[in-house]
Amino acid sequence: MQRILRETLAIADVELRKLVRDPTELVSRAIQPMLWLVIFGQVLSQVRGIDTGKAGYLGFMTPGILAQSVLFSAIFYGIAVIWERDLGIVHKLLVTPASRVSLVLGKAISANFRGIVQTAVIYGIASALHVPIRWELAAVLGVLLIVALGSAIFAMFSLSIACIVKTRERFMGIGQVLTMPLFFASNAIYPLDIMPRWLRIVATLNPLTYVVDGLRGLMVHGEQSLYGFGTDCTVLCLTFAVFLAIAVKLYPQLVR
Amino acid sequence: MLTTLLGPSAGSATVAGFDIVSQAHEVRRRIGYVPQMLSADGALTGYENLLLSARLYGVAEQRTRIEEALAFMGLCEYAGRLVKTYSGGMVRRLEIAQSMLHRPAVLFLDEPTIGLDPVARRAVWVHLKELNKDYHITILLTTHDMEEADNLCNDVAVMHTGQIAAHGSPEALKARVGKQATLEDVFTQFSGELEETGRLRDTAETRSSARHRG
Repeated sequence: MQRILRETLAIADVELRKLVRDPTELVSRAIQPMLWLVIFGQVLSQVRGIDTGKAGYLGFMTPGILAQSVLFSAIFYGIAVIWERDLGIVHKLLVTPASRVSLVLGKAISANFRGIVQTAVIYGIASALHVPIRWELAAVLGVLLIVALGSAIFAMFSLSIACIVKTRERFMGIGQVLTMPLFFASNAIYPLDIMPRWLRIVATLNPLTYVVDGLRGLMVHGEQSLYGFGTDCTVLCLTFAVFLAIAVKLYPQLVR
Repeated sequence: MLTTLLGPSAGSATVAGFDIVSQAHEVRRRIGYVPQMLSADGALTGYENLLLSARLYGVAEQRTRIEEALAFMGLCEYAGRLVKTYSGGMVRRLEIAQSMLHRPAVLFLDEPTIGLDPVARRAVWVHLKELNKDYHITILLTTHDMEEADNLCNDVAVMHTGQIAAHGSPEALKARVGKQATLEDVFTQFSGELEETGRLRDTAETRSSARHRG
């Protein structure tokens, strides 16, 4: 157990050093949520056709956009892993006696560094747009926990797909095909109860829905969670366990 | 397969006394591996690359071992520089340093000098010989470079379409082909037969596998 922890931190440490050294990606990843909140959000909040709680449409979509940017930055972890495979780095990692769980878990943890930065960016944009943010410590810590689980889940999902498709070209295609449906088939920018029945069923099977729901109960004054923080966390933890197990199983296949 | 990256379709093998399938973890603790690609992480410094290896191998006294490996490979003054600024030969030396931190019993190298300039190639050879002599590490390398095989190896096996076509010391193999034969003549004789019968030779399958024993 202690060994797994040590190895996991070794992988995460390396990723963190790389991220700090070259933060361009973090900056460019901040642009998309800004567009969604500033343009899409500002315009749509004029419509008032959807009952989105007391905080208005912008307050309603803020947790959704955070969940979206967590999804988008974690999903491209697969590309990074394929890149490492082409360089022979994955081969070298797999030849070490390090547990395969550590090698994969280290990636899940490093996805969190990006998630934390995304969270800070969205808190910043939202408060600039006068969204009534909840600044209590407990609420912020809750948000970070949900973001951590979300990043880890989607990083594992993306890594598993990378292990199956193995080339960057194929991954790019699949990444696009998967991220948009995951985003639209969730409660990120509209509530579950205005969805057609079939879409609502899809959305309740989508982990992103639980990320959004958990965040919605914690980020903004006047917004409510549908399932409650406990349920959201439980669903996300179980999903993570399943995705981690799949990723650990598939990771050695990356070099075959 | 011997490095535990691939599973066997049939048969069994042991490395350093451990089965590559049922005791893969024990095998991994006792081997080092340098892939054909220049696989040190360019976004990290040389020292950080070594630190990662030391941590994953659970090496005790990380600092001492890392400094020793850097000194051994002549990389001390470049340790703090990003690996993407290294030359090909320096990256390869760094990788050998990474693979020796935990004192493996067997070191696997896949075409260690491919793409290197003659000076860097010679430097890698010198280091491999020292590694074999000073640390008593058995080195198994694959190469297409017969000069390399002749220079480094005590024991050479010529592989052809997945089979060992000839096996022995460089001297013995050369003597089998004829007086003044080079190892290249040996390779041509044992792997070139299919070409003469008019079939395409699969170069990927035709490899010279060479072994350097302590």
